Amino acid sequence: MAEPILSVRGLKTQFFGPEGVVRAVDGVDFDVFEGRTLGVVGESGCGKSVTARSVLGIVDRPGKVVGGSMKLRRASGEVVDLGTLTNEQMRKYRGPEIALVFQEPMASFSQHYTIGNQIGEGIKLHMGLDERAAKKRAIELLDMVGVPQPARRVDDYPFQLSGGLRQRVMIAMALSCDPRVLIADEPTTALDVTTQAQILDLLRTLQKDRGLAIILITHDMGVIAEMAHDVSVMYLGRAVETGSVKEIFETPKHPYTRALLRSIPTVLAKPRTRLPTIAGSIPHPFDRPKGCSYHPRCAEIIGAVCERAEPPAVDTDDRRQVRCFLHGGMEEAKAGLQGAPA
Amino acid sequence: MIAFITRRLLLGVVTIFLISVLSFIIIQLPPGDFVDAYIAQLSSSGSQVSAAEAENLRQLYGLGEPFYVQYGKWLGRIITGDFGESMEWRRPVTEVIGDRLWLTLLLSFAALIVTWGLALPIGIFSAVRQYSFADYAFTLVGFIGIAVPNFLLALVIMYFAFVWFGASVGGLFSAEMALAPWSAAKVWDLIKHLPLPAIILALGGTAQLIRIMRANLLDELRRPYVVTARAKGLSEARTIIKYPVRAALNPFASNIAYLFPYLVSGSIIVSIVLGLPTVGPLLVKALVAQDMFLAGTIVLLLGVMTVIGTFISDLVLMWVDPRIRHQMD
Repeated sequence: MAEPILSVRGLKTQFFGPEGVVRAVDGVDFDVFEGRTLGVVGESGCGKSVTARSVLGIVDRPGKVVGGSMKLRRASGEVVDLGTLTNEQMRKYRGPEIALVFQEPMASFSQHYTIGNQIGEGIKLHMGLDERAAKKRAIELLDMVGVPQPARRVDDYPFQLSGGLRQRVMIAMALSCDPRVLIADEPTTALDVTTQAQILDLLRTLQKDRGLAIILITHDMGVIAEMAHDVSVMYLGRAVETGSVKEIFETPKHPYTRALLRSIPTVLAKPRTRLPTIAGSIPHPFDRPKGCSYHPRCAEIIGAVCERAEPPAVDTDDRRQVRCFLHGGMEEAKAGLQGAPA
Repeated sequence: MIAFITRRLLLGVVTIFLISVLSFIIIQLPPGDFVDAYIAQLSSSGSQVSAAEAENLRQLYGLGEPFYVQYGKWLGRIITGDFGESMEWRRPVTEVIGDRLWLTLLLSFAALIVTWGLALPIGIFSAVRQYSFADYAFTLVGFIGIAVPNFLLALVIMYFAFVWFGASVGGLFSAEMALAPWSAAKVWDLIKHLPLPAIILALGGTAQLIRIMRANLLDELRRPYVVTARAKGLSEARTIIKYPVRAALNPFASNIAYLFPYLVSGSIIVSIVLGLPTVGPLLVKALVAQDMFLAGTIVLLLGVMTVIGTFISDLVLMWVDPRIRHQMD
């Protein structure tokens, strides 16, 4: 396996509010490779989007990246830890190295400028092209993502486009400065199923043509199965299980992954049976459970251990990691707990 | 879009016509007429007016005729550019209003510049640095600005200007220039006198606009398109100015429409306190004396200015917000 383009280790992002600290991302590890897609999956509020924003250094105040490393290997081979850059230094990575596609294409565009203006802006800034050349490139990009009549559409405002077209334009804008890593944050959530399939197709084609590394954030296991090569399952700011999409779907190890996979509706299910759901709900961010944060909802809880100790990340097979005492780490935890008061 | 503008212009003309009818009715509403007020004024100073003389005056101004005839005559003359004669001043209305109209417009414009010049940067700053010390300070000053009537503010400023600088604030000209014919020296005198009244008149509106700008911008700053702009690598200043500030600008444009009528009717007391030669105090006097041609002309002017102001503010809104522009088609 080649070297990863982006290698994130122990990423921690916290929000410092008046009521206390929310640990939105609490030690996330992942690698992204050229031409491959990493799917990040989890329920709402598990820290998927904050992870994406942390990588770009655009976490809104009062949030802050407080720990970990995010090593980006540039085209030149030079490795940069994005976490150590100042905001001013980070700016030249946003767009030409890492770009972002958002969930809500309507809200993610300003309604006050034409799409040509909004696409061209990054081009002028990072590639140093003038107004005319930037517009020409914007038209080429629109053509590439399959917007019909791009030369006319370039002067349209976002509110004049359909939802599917807007998402295509959003992708064109993200690709405007030839990024090597594309983070797609729920890119198809707001779209109908047909458009969703078209957008996913487009992303796959672009990945093949350009060797893009894609981080695909979603809560939809179906999208993961279709798109991703590798998967990272997140729960309350942590990756609880990471591995290749085939292994995770065939032999899920973490009880949370298993529960997620069980709750996908399928056409093969017997009529009039209930869709399995995960018991309980996500804990309040200020009320994070002690021990393994999943233990109150877990069907396979090992009493006395899961409630008190945090499971470490255990490498099970090649490139596969699980955070669960069912799969290791028990001995160390027990040793640690004996020293501590119950 | 041209069709829209034409439609708005025609509607504006209709509105002005309705305003003229309404203003005429309102002026006629109080019991009595100019001659009654004139007689009362003269008798309070000891002299008497005979019944024949009063009848003559009524005849002269057509006061005995029915309402719609009076209105018809008035409007007919206005169309030819004759606004009638002020009964109180015994001079043509246009002459009485004279420079006051342009000075009022000038003052409105100066107040508008001050309002925008202060409200825009302070509003942006307060929103971007929400809950900072400076934000709280501006909020405090802003609420005082909204709460304190501006004629009081005018008095306070006049007092301190006199005590500290020995300057007499008031009017738009120095005493020796007030009656002089227009010259370069008089214009310079005006420019020197303009800022203080402009600031006093602008403060209330500025405080309000700061609050509006801050609230709007706080909303806009949380929108996803701001994150999009940051993700493109734009600098923070450019991100904020180009996207959320632009989106928060609409209240600035709609502000244009209200400023002129506010300055004439809403700030009469300030104008009297500061001795400003604007239209406001003239309107009050005309109404008290039931000088209907003068009052009618001023109210009509106000209506026309408001309609023009609204039209301009609509054009500016169309320019600022493409969504409005495209709804026209």
